[in-house]
Amino acid sequence: MNIILVLLPVAVGLGLLGLAAFLWSLKSGQFDDLEGAAWRAIMDDDEKPNRQPDA
Amino acid sequence: MSAVTSDFGAFVTPLEGGLKHLDLAVEGIHCAGCMRKIENGISALPGVTLARVNLTEKRLAVEWQGDSTSPAEIIGAMRALGFPAHPFDPGAERDLKREDRKLLRCLAVAGFATANIMLLSVSVWSGNATDINPETRALFHWVSALIALPAGLYAGRPFFESAFAAIKARSLNMDVPISVAVVLTLAASVMQTMRHEVHAYFDSALMLLFFLLIGRYLDQMMRRRTRAHAETLLALKGDSARRLDDDGIVRDVPLSALSPGDMVVVSAGERFPADGRVSIGTAEIDQSLVTGETDPVKAAPGQMVYAGALNLTGNIQVKVTAAGSGTLLDEINRLLERALEAKSKQLQLADRAAKLYAPVVHLLALAAFIGWLLLGADWHTALMIAVATLIITCPCALGLAIPAAQVVASGALFRAGLVLNTGTILERLAEVDTVVFDKTGTLTLPERGIINAGEVPAGVLARAAALAQASRHPLAQVVAQYAEPGSLPEEVIEHAGQGVWCAVDGEERRLGSSSFCGLDTDEMPSQRDPHASQICYIEGNRSYVFEIGQRLREDAAETISALKARGLRLEILSGDREEAVQSVATALAVNDWYAGLSPTEKIARLGRLKDAGRKVLMVGDGLNDAPALAAAHASLSPISAVHVSQAAADGLILGDRLGAVTAAYDTALKARAVMGQNLWLSALYNVIAVPIAVLGFVTPLIAALAMSGSSIIVTLNSLRARAHAPSTEKASAYPPAAVKEATS
Repeated sequence: MNIILVLLPVAVGLGLLGLAAFLWSLKSGQFDDLEGAAWRAIMDDDEKPNRQPDA
Repeated sequence: MSAVTSDFGAFVTPLEGGLKHLDLAVEGIHCAGCMRKIENGISALPGVTLARVNLTEKRLAVEWQGDSTSPAEIIGAMRALGFPAHPFDPGAERDLKREDRKLLRCLAVAGFATANIMLLSVSVWSGNATDINPETRALFHWVSALIALPAGLYAGRPFFESAFAAIKARSLNMDVPISVAVVLTLAASVMQTMRHEVHAYFDSALMLLFFLLIGRYLDQMMRRRTRAHAETLLALKGDSARRLDDDGIVRDVPLSALSPGDMVVVSAGERFPADGRVSIGTAEIDQSLVTGETDPVKAAPGQMVYAGALNLTGNIQVKVTAAGSGTLLDEINRLLERALEAKSKQLQLADRAAKLYAPVVHLLALAAFIGWLLLGADWHTALMIAVATLIITCPCALGLAIPAAQVVASGALFRAGLVLNTGTILERLAEVDTVVFDKTGTLTLPERGIINAGEVPAGVLARAAALAQASRHPLAQVVAQYAEPGSLPEEVIEHAGQGVWCAVDGEERRLGSSSFCGLDTDEMPSQRDPHASQICYIEGNRSYVFEIGQRLREDAAETISALKARGLRLEILSGDREEAVQSVATALAVNDWYAGLSPTEKIARLGRLKDAGRKVLMVGDGLNDAPALAAAHASLSPISAVHVSQAAADGLILGDRLGAVTAAYDTALKARAVMGQNLWLSALYNVIAVPIAVLGFVTPLIAALAMSGSSIIVTLNSLRARAHAPSTEKASAYPPAAVKEATS
């Protein structure tokens, strides 16, 4: 059962990683314009992408 | 008026590093193509470091370095790209956005904690059924505690703060029992863990928070969407004033930047931005939004003019006497405040449920605790049973039941062309038994139009309208609304004060006064509405007379009869002349109508209806309606309404169609029914669950199943609130007239 001592921190750590990723994406404004983001994915633009506004 | 430059300085926010930021509300963005065109076009301007379109909100954020460009240049560039843009101040919205993110962060933390604790709990539950050893179980409980305590304290903040505020104000809201339940559950579970007991309730506490935060977030999202939409519309309406500063430069400033003593310039076709006294110039003004009176009035130096009145002719300068949020008569402001105060005392359904729910649940838990002690259980067992009672009666279903139904219903209404200021209006709307309409701008269209447009051949009207575009005369401007874009004839000669003339393919066309068109006054057809104005049009040897005045909204009659069919009583309260109101009332077959009412009299009439036990829905747009809108049980306002009325009303009708009123009533009835069912479902759930808890049969597994089960059932039921929502066809009048007007 000692494997639990390894698996528990791994499981919680992965969860925390997911949470951190979500909080980061929220902070960097990726949820501000859900409709626009969908379209941006298919814009074939060679020019440099625009920076996100600082909210 | 020599040096007229627009200055949008008040809308620009300076950032660090010499950067400047501007937010624009943009018209006509629909797709990725528009987005790309705008971003590339604006990025090409000198010094622009950021141009980012928000497609959801139809906004553009621009940042640039120092003085390399100016807001006027950016707006000019946008116009050249084919997207008229209007600067706006996102100040108020920023707060809502911050609130939004805070909730979303709490929701994410609660979701993370719930999932991870569940992982551990499921292991413990299955271990309990087989052969888990006490040490492993204790380890799992401790890890759960390690996750649950910080996560619970963080994610529970919205509830704790609100509960604390409520208790401080010596009242109870739904957040009080929620906070008590969460804190008690966490504390009891820690105690259980320390005693190496079999059961701990960390998962229940976090799941409770998770479900409730979903409800809270739905509610918040709806409010923000409504707000963003309203702000965009306001920006599109160009609610700024042209202020003449001491240096002789005219600057475009937001209304909030006006202060008494400022001089503002108002040209023909513009609305007065503030109350003030005319100092230079004379003009005819249309005060229908202010007083409901449709006849134009003369404004000369020294005379008071009020915010919202429309300048029909001539340039005038006005010295502001009341500005900012005080752009209306003091009396109206006072009445408005009093009416709003009375309204805030009305209890929402959720609060009423909380008032009933909280004491009952707490008493039950206490009774269970004392009961078990008296029956000889040790205090620890008794306490755990009391906590289980608190958990199982969790207000998840209650907390989700109402916001979910409101979000679904208002989403359906939004698509039907109606924006609600708050979700709670649905409850009040459903109780309505009387609908009171204002006439001018509500039953009739806000802008004047050609009354007899239907009797003139379409081609003739289009050609007359094309010619009319060449003139700035108010009557010609009305005719010009019917023009197709780009149809202006090449050579047009305007005879000032008489009319416009052009020749196309050797055929002479004239639009103007009867004498200009060579018509005798006795040749003119008799007028339908004695207060309408006439304008003549000659094409070759055929002559037409357009009658210009107030027109009923297209579906006014249809809406009135639909409302009647629903058993609602109807009334018209207007500040306009008796004959004008009478003709509308007759046309719509409304028997109860009152003309020439002042704002105070309108409120008095609503007061009498209220005393008679009637619940009134007020639909109005003018400044004179604002107090009545605030005083009514529920209220709606067309998007063309003045600022104050929009603020006082519970909802805004977006299109030109009144049908939204019927849609609102139907959807509110449906939503109300669904909310009621949800509350009953929650009650039923409690009736089954409470005895089980009080008798001490609840394990963490049962609590988790019962809680998520009840939440899912009410959420699914809430989806039915859209079942009978009106189809999207009704929204065909979108974008609203006000926006079209601002574009032209």
